[in-house]
Amino acid sequence: MTAASMSLGRRAEVRLSRGRQLALLIGLWAVLYLIFNGKLTLAHSDDAPLFQSLNGVRDWIDANRTSLPLFVYVLDPIRDGIGWLIDALTWVFSNFSWLGVTAIFGAMGLVFVGWRTAILVVGAFVAFGLLSLWDQAIQTLVLILVAVVMSLAIGIPLGIVAGRSDRFLKVITPILDVMQIMPTFAYLSPLTLVFLIGPPAATIATLIYALPPAIRITALGIRGVSSEAVEAAESLGSTGFQVLRKVQLPMARSTIGLAVNQTIMMALSMVVITALINAPGLGESIIQALIKLNLGQTFDAGVAIVLLAMVLDRLTASASKVSDRRHRGLDAVSQVRRRTLVIGTWLAAAIVVVGAALLAIPQSFPADITVDLASPINSIGDWIETNLYVVTGGIKDLFSEWILNPLQTVLTSSPWPLVIIMAAGIAWIISGRRAAIAAAIALLLVVGLQLWEHSMETLALVIIAVAVTMLIGIGLGVAAARSNLFSAIIRPINDAAQTMPAFVYLLPAVALFGATRFTGILAAVIYAVPAVVRLVEDGVRGVSPTVIEAATAAGSSRLQMIFKVQLPMARRSLLLATNQGVVLVLAMVVVAGLVGAGALGYDVVAGFAQFNDFGKGMAAAISIVLLGVLLDRITQGAGARTTTASAARTARAFFSARAVGVS
Amino acid sequence: MSGRYRGVAAIWKGATVSLRGTITGRLAVGLAVSALIFSACTSAAASASPAASIAVVASPSPVAGTSVAPSVAAKSLAPCGTVNIAENPWVGYQADAAVVSYLLEKKLGCTVVKKPIDEVVSWQGFPTGQVDAILEVWGHKDLYAKYVTTDKTAVDAGPNGAKGVIGWFVPKTFADANPSILTASTNPSVLNTFADQFKTSESGSQGQILDGDPSFVTEDAGIIAGLGLNYKVVYSGSEAASDKAIKAAIDQGKPILAYYYTPNWFSTQVDLVHVPLPAATPGCDTDVHKITCDYPPYDALYKVVSSKLASSGSPAFTLIKNFNWTNDDQNTVAAYIANNNMSDDQAAQKWVDANPTKWAAWLP
Repeated sequence: MTAASMSLGRRAEVRLSRGRQLALLIGLWAVLYLIFNGKLTLAHSDDAPLFQSLNGVRDWIDANRTSLPLFVYVLDPIRDGIGWLIDALTWVFSNFSWLGVTAIFGAMGLVFVGWRTAILVVGAFVAFGLLSLWDQAIQTLVLILVAVVMSLAIGIPLGIVAGRSDRFLKVITPILDVMQIMPTFAYLSPLTLVFLIGPPAATIATLIYALPPAIRITALGIRGVSSEAVEAAESLGSTGFQVLRKVQLPMARSTIGLAVNQTIMMALSMVVITALINAPGLGESIIQALIKLNLGQTFDAGVAIVLLAMVLDRLTASASKVSDRRHRGLDAVSQVRRRTLVIGTWLAAAIVVVGAALLAIPQSFPADITVDLASPINSIGDWIETNLYVVTGGIKDLFSEWILNPLQTVLTSSPWPLVIIMAAGIAWIISGRRAAIAAAIALLLVVGLQLWEHSMETLALVIIAVAVTMLIGIGLGVAAARSNLFSAIIRPINDAAQTMPAFVYLLPAVALFGATRFTGILAAVIYAVPAVVRLVEDGVRGVSPTVIEAATAAGSSRLQMIFKVQLPMARRSLLLATNQGVVLVLAMVVVAGLVGAGALGYDVVAGFAQFNDFGKGMAAAISIVLLGVLLDRITQGAGARTTTASAARTARAFFSARAVGVS
Repeated sequence: MSGRYRGVAAIWKGATVSLRGTITGRLAVGLAVSALIFSACTSAAASASPAASIAVVASPSPVAGTSVAPSVAAKSLAPCGTVNIAENPWVGYQADAAVVSYLLEKKLGCTVVKKPIDEVVSWQGFPTGQVDAILEVWGHKDLYAKYVTTDKTAVDAGPNGAKGVIGWFVPKTFADANPSILTASTNPSVLNTFADQFKTSESGSQGQILDGDPSFVTEDAGIIAGLGLNYKVVYSGSEAASDKAIKAAIDQGKPILAYYYTPNWFSTQVDLVHVPLPAATPGCDTDVHKITCDYPPYDALYKVVSSKLASSGSPAFTLIKNFNWTNDDQNTVAAYIANNNMSDDQAAQKWVDANPTKWAAWLP
């Protein structure tokens, strides 16, 4: 027996016994449930004392907003300052014609990256116009730019500190964890409490949401600089600042470029949802479409968002890569040629801008040149609705009755201490003692927030959606890992799907299944699958070829290869994928509160839609974060048990930024 | 001019020096050229063609260029400027906003920015100036007390004119087949005998009352608790989703119990019957979590505008204050929008052309 297959056998054995422990625990739960169900349950009440006190806090802040020094001297000036920045940038854009804006961004593509990107950028801007979404796209772009610049101004320095100080990293990591688990939606009501509604509040929400990857990836980049280089610099007598300025920052430049890129992608997913607190732009189109159930309009806005994401992604990701190559002298193009290209491009852009101004080309794209994608999409939607009603209704009813309702019933009618003990037990088996403690504390806090019943209902939705997501994700991921052709087909689809904010997925799901909990699950699955597929594929492809060869030599069949070799060996990637799946599903299930998924998601929606439900909404937002912590701890810890824990953590930091960011 | 040249030359030189393959360098060139373009562009625009300086995208900053000139200078009115109108998510409201915006823009030369936000969120826009007007308010005494009476960031702008009704509705065919459901006003527990028929996958063992957008005025959870009903509130998510569910139920001959309201263009398309609950009496809805009566009549839908707009002397305030129409007017415009797929402006124009005497009375 080779060493590889021996270690393989041991792994499988560990996994099995862990699986057996889990089965035992769940069996025990079933028995105890039969005996104790209906006892010690916590029924939902809309006027729990805690909600009323939170309403009280809101009323107090509202009443004293104009006199509290914190508001008068700190928060209001921040809001006004950001408002001023947005107005200023809007004004700058308003002075260029659509042709000029397109030319400038096209020139950026050509100068920073290359001609392919330039074509993409120009095409995207023309498409905004053709879809009649020019103004909205520019408004969204303005908000993103302001939010991202501020986010980076705060995040990169913090990231540098976290890269150089272990203590600071330790303090900040759990905070960043929570920020990344917290669904976009849950940020809104606390922010309106402090900053009211409007573009400034939306920008602040966006910059906070986009902060974690900026800090994380910068820290990762600084830490990734080889210790030899740092030591060499130090032995030559460099001061700490010199090491940072001359060694660490230059060597981490491509990673920091990634941080910029990820921050932008995060900002994009948030800025759309801030339409709920009166931010203008593409999000507004999506909300209007959602209100009117206009599938075609969502499609248009979704396409515009993906294009905007692609433009920003290419401009930043490729730019940092290309610049890094050039910086290291790997680029073949001569300095003189480059200089000519750069100057020539900007001059050409300048000529277009001035020419367009002289010819009185309007600021907004001409309204009469449009492409009508919405109408055909709406016809398809109508056809599906009228003709597939029986099928979709049947699926939904069966699923709700046989899977969803039973699970929700079990979770809500189990005694709450039993649920906590069982959750802690599951966490212990999968991820160890610390995860068990975290899980128990998170659930105890949910009890304290007086939203137990709704939290359990949401938990049931999440569990089912994650199960379905993993089933589909692993299937597609393994297929993609085993076939280069399939991988090549699915990758661009995944890329596009991962740039769509959660919001965009709601309407197609609603069109098919009406406003129900099933819709929420469906939207969550669609939303989370791409990230899972990608992680599973990477994991399976990462299995060492020697192991595969050994297994092939031992005569494994194709199924044996997948189930006995590739999946077990890619276990860490699978866990990482589950972890990502959980975070994404939770985010979506909450947003789906807008379309009938109920429970905590609805409480959050009601929190900023109904005056008296503010307190409930706040408590629900916190409960969601706690559920996120619970699920995250349960699914992430196992990686830390293995010997290469630190590598796994690094990967996790990177991927969670990547996956959460892009989606 | 020579000053500018020297400046440009300095930028030029700096740029070529720093161009050694760094991204900062290229960005600097970009910025420099942008600045150059920018100055050229604005001066060119100013001198060559005033039309080239353009109306601002969303919120015009004080420095922004020329605003659109009034197309009809009615009398010598104060300039109107920008009016931010909240657009709450039901088509009836959209009809209000369509006609008011059309008149503001076409007759008074205002720039109107419609903000698609929820009822409660709209009020939060008064203190910061994000919202200047809400055109159709259903009740909301608590918000009125806070923003109009206490904070004085908003003022009452009089009635909308339409008369509102909120309540529970069933298809007429269902009421005809089960006339006893209409006795709920004296015997609300009769509703429990129908709970089974209104059951759905979402309401489990209870009957479903289908509510609309979560932001709408609703007391259904309180009514269910107060009257001891075996029902569960399920939200469709939007007015359009409710309309669709009701239409589907009627087409398929299935029972449905829905939260509904008039004025509502859709009510002219389908045959719905109001299921009366015990009539509202003073105090029956004090405890919002335990309400023992039906919704009160919303006879006085009203408008609110920001104090800023009210005191600005803008003709927009006068028009919004005078705006006052009927359920039929609103339903007509709403049906143009929702049923005939007209844009807001097309729908408004059609109504404005057909009813010149009505809106003439609203002009300042």
